[in-house]
Amino acid sequence: MSGGLNETERLSRQTDEGAQVLKASHDLVVTGTVWPELEGDGETMIINMGPQHPSTHGVLRVMMELDGETVVRAKPVIGYLHTGMEKTGEQLTYVQGCTNVTRMDYASPIANEIVFSMAVEQLLDVEVPERSIWIRMMLAELSRIASHLLFQASNGMDIGAVSMMLYGWREREETLRVLEMITGLRMNHNFVRPGGVAADLPDGWQQAVLELCDKVELGIEDYDTLLTGNPIWIERTVGVGVITTEQALALGVTGPILRSTGFAWDLRKAQPYLAYDKVDFDVIYTQNGDCFDRYRIRLTEIAESIKIVRQCVEMMPPGDYRVQDKKITPPPRERIDQSMEALIHHFKLFTEGFRVPAGETYASVESPRGEVGCYIVSDGTGKPTRMHVRAPSFYNLQSMGPMMEDRLVADAVAVISSVDPILGEVDR
Amino acid sequence: MAEPTAVVDEGASEEIHERAERPTPTDEVAAALVAKFVGSIFHDSHGQAVVYADRSQMADIATYLRDEEQFTTCLDVTAVDHLTDAERLAVPGVTPERFELVANFISHARNRRIRVIAQVPTSDTTVPSLTPVYAGVNFAEREVFDLYGIEFVGHPDLTRILMPDDWSGYPLRKDDAPARVPVTFKEDPGPRVDGAA
Repeated sequence: MSGGLNETERLSRQTDEGAQVLKASHDLVVTGTVWPELEGDGETMIINMGPQHPSTHGVLRVMMELDGETVVRAKPVIGYLHTGMEKTGEQLTYVQGCTNVTRMDYASPIANEIVFSMAVEQLLDVEVPERSIWIRMMLAELSRIASHLLFQASNGMDIGAVSMMLYGWREREETLRVLEMITGLRMNHNFVRPGGVAADLPDGWQQAVLELCDKVELGIEDYDTLLTGNPIWIERTVGVGVITTEQALALGVTGPILRSTGFAWDLRKAQPYLAYDKVDFDVIYTQNGDCFDRYRIRLTEIAESIKIVRQCVEMMPPGDYRVQDKKITPPPRERIDQSMEALIHHFKLFTEGFRVPAGETYASVESPRGEVGCYIVSDGTGKPTRMHVRAPSFYNLQSMGPMMEDRLVADAVAVISSVDPILGEVDR
Repeated sequence: MAEPTAVVDEGASEEIHERAERPTPTDEVAAALVAKFVGSIFHDSHGQAVVYADRSQMADIATYLRDEEQFTTCLDVTAVDHLTDAERLAVPGVTPERFELVANFISHARNRRIRVIAQVPTSDTTVPSLTPVYAGVNFAEREVFDLYGIEFVGHPDLTRILMPDDWSGYPLRKDDAPARVPVTFKEDPGPRVDGAA
């Protein structure tokens, strides 16, 4: 591993008091160029894995220089799912914007909706009601559960534990059912909007959410029994795809990958947003930075999310689910039947949207994959001048190179899977 | 941030006057940056520390942030095209140009963020690359190059990343209209000709 410290040195740095004083490594190169010539001794060859390979989670292409079965270099090539969503974001009003961002990270859409709404609310300078904050937080955690369950399913299948695909999907489907009950859609919810959420929680939501928590808890016990002590699983993941804290920080890697290197960094704890400072949960981190640790972290994070969801059910405050600011909130449905003004108000809001004062802001939240950020520049009109999403997968992908080097091709599959990229947000 | 030539033209007294109305940084890192890099200006954007700096200083600022201020990660590099702005955020002392380069940094140890923004004129869209300082901005700078045509001097692999390699134009520029390239559909298959041969 070029530029990294050896294992003992890294651990000792982590344990002493100045543990967080780390410097980025200086000689780390992510990729080469289009590789005009081979670096090896004439025995190597370049192989493309993807973009249509079943283990590449969509349309990721990884260029690998192979020496026999050993990966000499690897370079992710992206852009196969580029649909110009940031350009689209400039054509949509702030009301419509959520329909766009929710399709970026399609495995955890709520995180994207929240970060977009938070950025717009910062520009508008509005405070959203307490209840909407808690609804957002509960949905974000349900979304995290669904996303990590998806990871458990696909990671299991990629590495050869095919029945994990069925088990993971079983619980994920239950989670999506609850999300559908609350938001109306299984995915791409467009439920969190600037100013609050689209609707109040439906009748009987407590029971549905609590039942789900019990089911998922049983599920992760299953996975734990199935995988954690499994000798084949350990053989395939322990010590595979190792990355150090220095490398991760230099590469802009966030989320479970950063936490797997022994660096306890979670925006929910470090820079609390929504109401994360009012709930009790732990930041999960491990020391080894390998595929097994990333699997363990995501599995344990499901349990932590369940803990937060249970607290949300218990502590859900009463009140309004969206801000009562007529500039950004449409009138209630009943008013539209009674009042011409309300009808015009509704029409204007959904055709032209609302104006946002000129300015720029960056909001960020912890998505299941790491820090998702939204940088919005407004020019005082109803549509943003620039709507940029800092996608965690986009940066996390860069860690593939250092993780794969000098490992076997079979390990490359485990690495791609453990990075857990969502190509929708990589290419946007 | 005023171009060096513009400062000379304005004369000393006006420059002092301009300095007087610049806000004093409320953020300690921003204060250090403003003190160290001549011409950089602090701006409080919705409670977030933003420093407007000259684009030629970007790499030096990044090095300083990493080595002296414990900013271990550059989270994001992106750009903005202000060509069609109806109204633009006016920061005193900053000469607005068409493009803005935006870099977000985070210090985990000190648990704080800072954003550095540089103005990039149409006439010369080159900026020093941050990749020697933060390896992780490699993809991000390629994306900005791909979508805005801003060139990063010193980038190891400045190629298109999202668009096809043979694409011409920069899609996120405001004058690069959507649907400029018509969508082509396959023709309907013609009637089947039997026994033609």
